[in-house]
Amino acid sequence: MIKSLHKRESELANSKRQVEILSNGIFQSGDLPKFKDKISETNQFPLKAKKLEILQINVGYMCNQVCEHCHVDAGPDRKEIMTRETMKQCLEVIKNTGAHTLDLTGGAPEMNPDFRWFVDEASKAGIKDFIVRSNLTIIRANKKYHDLPEFFKSHNVHVVSSMPHWTKGKTDKQRGDGVFDKSIKALQDLNAIGYGMPNSDLRLDLVYNPSGAFLPGNQASLEKEFKNALIDDFGIQFHNLFAITNLPISRFLDYLIASENYEDYMYSLVEAYNPAAVANVMCTNTLSVSWDGYLYDCDFNQMLNLPVNSKAKHISEYNEELLEGRNIVISQHCYGCTAGAGSSCQGSVA
Amino acid sequence: MQKTYYDPADLRKFGKISDWNEELGTKFFEYYNSVFKEGALSEREKSLIALAVAHTIQCPYCIDAYTGDGLQRGITKEEMMEALHVGAAIRGGASLVHGVQMMNKVNKLEM
Repeated sequence: MIKSLHKRESELANSKRQVEILSNGIFQSGDLPKFKDKISETNQFPLKAKKLEILQINVGYMCNQVCEHCHVDAGPDRKEIMTRETMKQCLEVIKNTGAHTLDLTGGAPEMNPDFRWFVDEASKAGIKDFIVRSNLTIIRANKKYHDLPEFFKSHNVHVVSSMPHWTKGKTDKQRGDGVFDKSIKALQDLNAIGYGMPNSDLRLDLVYNPSGAFLPGNQASLEKEFKNALIDDFGIQFHNLFAITNLPISRFLDYLIASENYEDYMYSLVEAYNPAAVANVMCTNTLSVSWDGYLYDCDFNQMLNLPVNSKAKHISEYNEELLEGRNIVISQHCYGCTAGAGSSCQGSVA
Repeated sequence: MQKTYYDPADLRKFGKISDWNEELGTKFFEYYNSVFKEGALSEREKSLIALAVAHTIQCPYCIDAYTGDGLQRGITKEEMMEALHVGAAIRGGASLVHGVQMMNKVNKLEM
């Protein structure tokens, strides 16, 4: 298992260095336009936050996997974990905000020791769509996690899980040896109690990230391919596939640079720029909360340590009036959310 | 002046072909885009055909483009390689089938 960039003390563990790379080189020389200039062409700068619809909470960077493309740089060696005190501050906001979606992510959110307590409490707030982003293998990682499918069901949790391909080779190459087999078993466990079945209210969606330096294809076509392969080969069913573009951040940025794909990948993103996707980028209706309670426009900005442009910077200072209408903080990684059909944590946007 | 005939960066400039003849360039790209749309064959099948043809005509730009296109569509390397073998088999077969012409000639000339 590879180590996180932080553990390796890589220069890319430093978010400032990542932002420097994204701002210099081909963007400084003018070979490619900066994101700000690109969206200015269609009078979409500055991007403004609309009413909050999705509250995404990152409960910690610890994970049982070390995926090569991970923008969080998550892994077993990451110790950043949200405390119960910060969770209580989040709960205050969850109870009072009009957001229709609560989205728990990580790392593997289930590894936070207060995860079940938090889900228990948060589910009482009556949020319409309560998402947990599960990497699937955590369900099979240890006996104490085997009952997670039942726990999710009892709280009507919407499970969103990563699955880079319907074949073992591609999946294990991106996510580690043995991940595919464990993921298949976990999906079968979820199906067995009703998750992902046609007409079931127990939502099970998959997330597809390309396993390399290329953009995702058409979401609907990929969903069809996934559905045919998973039902034929393993009898597995799921509801929707979200095709998500890999953003040039953290370990994926490290991979792009090491494999000498960085410039070509940035060209691909810029060439696929779609102004129609800009109107629906997730940062305009989402707020991302870090493990220590700080607020960001999205999970990607969180990893680049680009905090919200607002006086309310921490979940304890949450103030709808201060946050709504704020200018979204952008850099060149934002091209990842506006390429082709666009990309968000809920998949395509255009 | 570049020192090799092919530069990968030139693929990105393909659209500029229309700069020197807009009418024909535009017609070509309209035709090209129509060809690859879903029809009796799926876009996925067309992508694999394009990849096989790209190798058969040995066009480095096309190989670059349709390998990337295949990856985006989730096409596996096993599927890509099988498609290439179809191209290679036809190309090899095209050479070999001319052997019949050779055999005919020999049979005609030899006593």
